[in-house]
Amino acid sequence: MRILGFIFLSCVAWSAQAELDIEITGAGEHQTPISVVRFASEDMGAQGIAGVVSNDLLRTGLFKLVDAAGKVPHEPGEVKYAEWSGVEALLLGSIKQLGNGNVTVKFSLLDMVRRTELETQVLMAQSGQVRDIAHRIADMVYERLTGSAGVFSTRIAYVSRDKGRYRLVVADSDGYGEQSLLASNEPIMSPAWSPDGKQLAYVSFEQRRAMIYVQTLSSRQRTLLASFPGSNSAPAWSPDGKQLALVLTHEGSSQLYLINSDGSNLRRISFSGSIDTEPNFSPDGKSILFTSDRGGSVQIYRMALDGGSAERLTFEGGNNFSARFCPDGKSFVFSHYEGGKFYIATQDFSSRQMQTLTAGGWEKKPSFAPNGKLILFGSESQGRGILATISSDGRVKQKMVAQSGDIREPTWGPFLKQ
Amino acid sequence: MKKLIISVLLLNLLAACGSNPPKAEVADAKPAQSEATAVAAPAANQPATTSAVAPAAAAQANAAPSPASTVTKAAPAAEPENTAVMPATATSAAQEAKYTKEARTASVAGDSAQGGGSVYFPFDVDAVQAEDMDTILAQAKNLSAHASLSARVEGNADERGSSEYNLALGQRRANNTKKALVLGGARSDQIETVSYGEEKPRATGHDEASWAQNRRADIKVGE
Repeated sequence: MRILGFIFLSCVAWSAQAELDIEITGAGEHQTPISVVRFASEDMGAQGIAGVVSNDLLRTGLFKLVDAAGKVPHEPGEVKYAEWSGVEALLLGSIKQLGNGNVTVKFSLLDMVRRTELETQVLMAQSGQVRDIAHRIADMVYERLTGSAGVFSTRIAYVSRDKGRYRLVVADSDGYGEQSLLASNEPIMSPAWSPDGKQLAYVSFEQRRAMIYVQTLSSRQRTLLASFPGSNSAPAWSPDGKQLALVLTHEGSSQLYLINSDGSNLRRISFSGSIDTEPNFSPDGKSILFTSDRGGSVQIYRMALDGGSAERLTFEGGNNFSARFCPDGKSFVFSHYEGGKFYIATQDFSSRQMQTLTAGGWEKKPSFAPNGKLILFGSESQGRGILATISSDGRVKQKMVAQSGDIREPTWGPFLKQ
Repeated sequence: MKKLIISVLLLNLLAACGSNPPKAEVADAKPAQSEATAVAAPAANQPATTSAVAPAAAAQANAAPSPASTVTKAAPAAEPENTAVMPATATSAAQEAKYTKEARTASVAGDSAQGGGSVYFPFDVDAVQAEDMDTILAQAKNLSAHASLSARVEGNADERGSSEYNLALGQRRANNTKKALVLGGARSDQIETVSYGEEKPRATGHDEASWAQNRRADIKVGE
């Protein structure tokens, strides 16, 4: 047995376990058959480690879960390879309570074709953080089997609206473990993650008009970044975290500006007289995508930050808006509105071809997972806003329905540095 | 007499603006766009008003009696590549006009000049409509007669489009409503403008009846 590492999870346990219904539809083209065996001394049912890992893997569309059919090995030595025909990978493990409020989780990933052990690790955490451990295990499995980084340990942010009460919420990438950062009787909009995942910028109307705040997740401390006359909105961080793009109306129409993250050095970067909004930095920080109605309809444009004119990128019928770069910088995702329906679509910068990923409905505010393989967006079910994801090839869709509240403005956070 | 002249000028401007927003698919529409969407931006004082009337009158010459219907009819003509922002069929245009009218009628019945009023807009349009001139003039008259009063104009939008675009659109609606109030005699420093975009809908359905009520600017007057 190889013990490759101990990871101590030190962040505060997320409170308020949300009740979610999760529905996954579709399947990837090439799926790895994997079996996830219930961990020894696991008593959390579907929310146990095996359940969380299974759901994480399933919604990527890259895995087919094979039922263990009653077999419960907890150590690689207990696996009889001949019993697992058709299974290419096997995850098993055990949880041990340490009695001081901490647990250790030991797990192994086996290659069932070559009949070898790919990975064995022991993780230690507080017993309230078993879900975090499960997401880390899912990340490791995903990375070993696909070659891409897993995003299950990352977090998402969104706004929940319930009976005139607005909350800014941070949750696990699968929608569980939600925690309110701010509650208000006035609207909250446009949460934006700092590149290190430690802060959120957002728009709050708590002073009776749109102003931009920046809040640190760990300390809950926040500062007012922009409160110019009129609306202050659409914050977006530069990749180095040193500045933000934002939209102000104090000089007339909604225009794009840059400001340092400490609130200094405001400078205007668009001069159109039309509505320019929803800036988003390219991964290299050299250009931004934004939404404008300068051409008559609402479309997506790109502008280099060192000068030069804006270039219109979308021409497909209807309106296109809310663009965000793919982390590899080669494409962008956006909301496409046509014939009374919103669609999530992507477009490649080189081919300029739009690909519509969803069947259409009330689908808004898409953002890429930091590995570019999944897209999070706001959808709707039975008149309420919900979270949804779709694999970036459009094949696998997941809906996450919370028990209450109207969920809006979701945004996927960055990789968290260890 | 002066009031009457202002009223007539205002009517012309509103009528012209009502007919302007056809979102023409022009490569470089920046100057046209900014002129078209503001209710006579330079019209805060008399001489500027006069100069702003010339294009307005010209625009009115080919405008139909009902500016609201002109807007929706003009849209497809100006967008030969079918970039219409919503299904621009005769039915939906008529529906939009019908519900906007209903929202306006219901609202006028409930408002008083003292407390404020609301003005309504077609889809993706930020120009104050001629049908709201009575509301604008009543509010402007009240503000002009009572120097101690102040107004807060709150722009709103329906939920189609992104929340950020709608925030911008609501801000434009509020700004244009303020300009119309100033044109009607209110002082600029009496009026504050804000936008709630699509964040505070009066009606929450995904239908034109709800959207028509949400495409609005509220003029809230107080001491």
